[in-house]
Amino acid sequence: MSHAASVHSLWTMSAAAPQKIPAPHIEYAQLSPTLIVLGAAVLGILVEAFLPRRVRYHAQLLLSCIALAAAFAAVVALAAGGYATGKAHAAAMGAVAVDGPALFLQGTILLVSLVAVFTFAERRLDPAAHGRPVDSFAAQGAAVPGGKAEQAAVKAGFTTTEVFPLVLFAVGGMLVFPAADDLLTLFVALEVFSLPLYVLCALARRKRLLSQESAVKYFLLGAFSSAFLLFGVALLYGYAGTVTYSGIADVVNGSVRMLDPALAATTGNDALLLIGGALVLMGLLFKVGAVPFHMWTPDVYQGAPTPVTGFMAAATKVAGFGALLRLLYVVLPGLRWDWRPVMWGVAIITMLVGAIVAVTQTDVKRLLAYSSIAHAGFILAGVIATTPDGVSSVLFYLGAYSFVTLGAFSVVTLVRDAGGEATHLSKWAGLGRRSPLVAATFAVFLLAFAGIPLTSGFAGKFAVFKAAAQGGAGALVVVGVVSSAIAAFFYIRVIVLMFFSEPKAEGPTVAVPSPLTSTAIAIGVAVTLVLGVAPQYFLDLAGQAGVFVR
Amino acid sequence: MSFPLLTLTAAVPAVGAVATAAVPAGRRTAAKWLALAVSLATLVLAAVQLVRFDPDAKGPFQLTESHAWIKDFGVRYELGVDGIAVVLIALAALLIPFIMLAGWHDADPQESGSSRWRPTQGFFALILMVEAMVVISFEATDVFLFYIFFEAMLIPMYFLIGGFGDRAGERTEGGAAAQRSYAAVKFLLYNLVGGLIMLAAVIGLYAVTADQLGTGTFSLQEIVQARAAGKLDLATTTERALFLGFFFAFAVKAPLWPLHTWLPNAMGEATAPVAVLITAVVDKVGTFAMLRFCLQLFPEASKWATPVIVVLSLISILYGALLAVGQRDIKRLVAYASISHFGFIVLGIFAMTSQGQSGATLYMVNHGISTAALMLVAGFLISRRGSRLIADYGGVQKVAPVLAGTFLVGGLATLSLPGLAPFVSEFLVLVGTFSRYPVAGAVATLGIVLAALYVLVLYQRTMTGPVKEEVRGMPDLRARELAVVAPLIALLLFLGIYPKPVTQILDPAVRHTMSQVHKADPKPDVNDVEAAK
Repeated sequence: MSHAASVHSLWTMSAAAPQKIPAPHIEYAQLSPTLIVLGAAVLGILVEAFLPRRVRYHAQLLLSCIALAAAFAAVVALAAGGYATGKAHAAAMGAVAVDGPALFLQGTILLVSLVAVFTFAERRLDPAAHGRPVDSFAAQGAAVPGGKAEQAAVKAGFTTTEVFPLVLFAVGGMLVFPAADDLLTLFVALEVFSLPLYVLCALARRKRLLSQESAVKYFLLGAFSSAFLLFGVALLYGYAGTVTYSGIADVVNGSVRMLDPALAATTGNDALLLIGGALVLMGLLFKVGAVPFHMWTPDVYQGAPTPVTGFMAAATKVAGFGALLRLLYVVLPGLRWDWRPVMWGVAIITMLVGAIVAVTQTDVKRLLAYSSIAHAGFILAGVIATTPDGVSSVLFYLGAYSFVTLGAFSVVTLVRDAGGEATHLSKWAGLGRRSPLVAATFAVFLLAFAGIPLTSGFAGKFAVFKAAAQGGAGALVVVGVVSSAIAAFFYIRVIVLMFFSEPKAEGPTVAVPSPLTSTAIAIGVAVTLVLGVAPQYFLDLAGQAGVFVR
Repeated sequence: MSFPLLTLTAAVPAVGAVATAAVPAGRRTAAKWLALAVSLATLVLAAVQLVRFDPDAKGPFQLTESHAWIKDFGVRYELGVDGIAVVLIALAALLIPFIMLAGWHDADPQESGSSRWRPTQGFFALILMVEAMVVISFEATDVFLFYIFFEAMLIPMYFLIGGFGDRAGERTEGGAAAQRSYAAVKFLLYNLVGGLIMLAAVIGLYAVTADQLGTGTFSLQEIVQARAAGKLDLATTTERALFLGFFFAFAVKAPLWPLHTWLPNAMGEATAPVAVLITAVVDKVGTFAMLRFCLQLFPEASKWATPVIVVLSLISILYGALLAVGQRDIKRLVAYASISHFGFIVLGIFAMTSQGQSGATLYMVNHGISTAALMLVAGFLISRRGSRLIADYGGVQKVAPVLAGTFLVGGLATLSLPGLAPFVSEFLVLVGTFSRYPVAGAVATLGIVLAALYVLVLYQRTMTGPVKEEVRGMPDLRARELAVVAPLIALLLFLGIYPKPVTQILDPAVRHTMSQVHKADPKPDVNDVEAAK
């Protein structure tokens, strides 16, 4: 009897336990942009598995474009529904924020990705192999470079259409990254968008060894930075007893003393907070390519297939800065006096190192990589402002910069010689004589990078410097201006090379792209000029989106 | 006044530039005529501005337009002209057709390269683009709007210098035709760095106005009024820092010693018409902006900096003139002469007397015309012989008397011979300077002596003496070339004898600027006269 009773009590206890965990309440409609993209990615894998090879390319392209467009429409609908302002809140049990910055950045990422998918789908630049059009990606990623399997794959006319679902997975992670409202979601999102990118980097059709090397470098360093980030998350949990942003912020403020009695020994320990915060920041600064965590950037940008480089340079930066902004503005504002001097230092050396090292580069892709480092420094100047103006200026800058970057890398894919893309700068000599239109387009992007007025680069630079000056960082503005001047030198050098040098006899040719790449470049130019001449509407948009939910 | 005359004056060349660039490769001549027609239309609009402008009207700016533009940056699309601006716009619009005519064949493709390469269309389109940007920077009364076009102007200018330099095969001192892209890059980097430093000051200005007025503004009038009403109070160091940021950019553009070194390269390597465009049109924006922005926004800092700037401009005058004497390259000689003359203009502006500023503004006009005349004739001469070296010429006046004669008149105008336009302005600058800084006035006079030296020696070496073998058979000025030079010379003579039509437009604006700086002319003091005795 007693025996039976004890069994019974065990049973009831185990039955009662699950009731303590409530079923999570998920606001599916508010998370729809992410869900659409991830759903389409899963569908894309099914397409790979079940559709015949000849229809996969078109099916994948269509699926990706529709998914990204639909997700963008969902973002617009959410913003129109007031989720960017009044109804902003943390969805999915406080794991994902639906607020102005999140929606603005998600919209930017989706548009950039849509344009990037166009460049992924380009199949007219490389000469057709065995009568079939080929894209920028390896015939079979698993085949050893130069080996028999690769030759067979090329001969069979394989194309890696799995790049499309990979991109969609990456985009899905990037959508969550700037919206993540707790540290674990942040980490998961980081991994979700990083892993597909590692694979994409290794998939170049030409110069495969370089491409695989870049992927390994990116993966190793990325894994390190993820580990740093995760360790930082653990320390912050030890400090606050929670991983939610607002919970940590409350403990930092001192408004909540204790969240978890089990952590009584460590809660409120400032050493944990400072070290943990620094480690998480390091992980994020790695992703945005800030000095001294920038080492991977030039190698990866150079080795990765150029459409991937463009996508990575544009979208990753948007996502990374989004997450950085949220962390600094929501979690660590109470710690401002501790992180501001450090971030000052990071911003200054990022601007200077990016600009100075770029001067010595001889490869277009490496040049653009160092230029992206310098731009990361400019954006950091806006991040440091810690005012609503600072947030909106960074949002605007990210939108403007990502389209310039994407356009510039798209142009790089066009200039080719027998070995594929001719990225060595000496080969670009006299391009303006042979193909005035392509050279002029690239010149527009370079001038935008240099921040010449009437381009989006100038409006963005002015916005962040203005925010920095008003936020009391006048010295940063001066450093920014100095490094802009240094940076102008190498942008101008490329223009000199294109327009004022005599074309070489065996110079590269400019491939005539399909409407896909042409559209991508045209969108890049249009955005660059519109944001340069009439930025007010977009500044308003970014201004309205400048408040984080807590 | 709702008719946007000022916008139109800038928009016509801008649209014309796009249209010219779009002309198909085969229709080269059509593109040239189109560009010329556009520049003449702009000239007509500039003339309409002059007519509609009322020198005696109250208020600093006329024909104003104002529209919201970038609210977040406090930027408005605000245009307006004062007497100085309207005259300089007229000068720019007047010179551009001559520049085009003079450079009619400069950009003809030498070999049929790619069918898409359209250098001629590009050349004329770029000139029109520069004109549009120069015009709008003269018109802008919003600091940010001005800054945008002040900077953007560099890009077409840069392509004009680097893309269409002197033809290869010319003998230059360095010998290499590749120097041209060096000159273009040097031009761009100097001006870009100047511009970026100004950008820091522009942002600083915004931060200050946003801090004190609630909303940041770049409107020149708003800032000036707020300062007058005491609502905007710049700390002394802030005002000085901002002034230096602005002045640096303008001093690079003007150019003032020691920031001048890009000018001889740029003017030497560019074609003669482009060199005229640089020195007679674009560089005027620099000196103009000193008057409009430095003095009006930062009057106290301007007065504080005056001693240093006066010394720098004196160095410019003497250094430019001395180096001009030593030049062996005709175009570089004119460039150094220009540096010397810009020294006079800056001296006149910062002497802070109404005569000095009146002379300086008049000098901007006269220097434009006289340099255009001298440089364009020099360009005609150089294109005949294929050399810029003075030593390659001799006895030209026996072979091509009209060319030599017009060259002499241009040269005499450059050395400020009485009866030609620059004399009046140089005299005014010297008198204005002398009344406040007697020593500076005396030193500046040396510049005139040196000018006589470099101009007359240049003439003597190239035009007189025995006829050199290579010069024999040199054709005289053609009808097109004469059509360029004759009106310029007529204008030099007219303004030399009767400058009043220009000065009566300039003077009210100068008086207004002087009142902004709270500077009155020094009164002739009895004690001074006594002491002088």
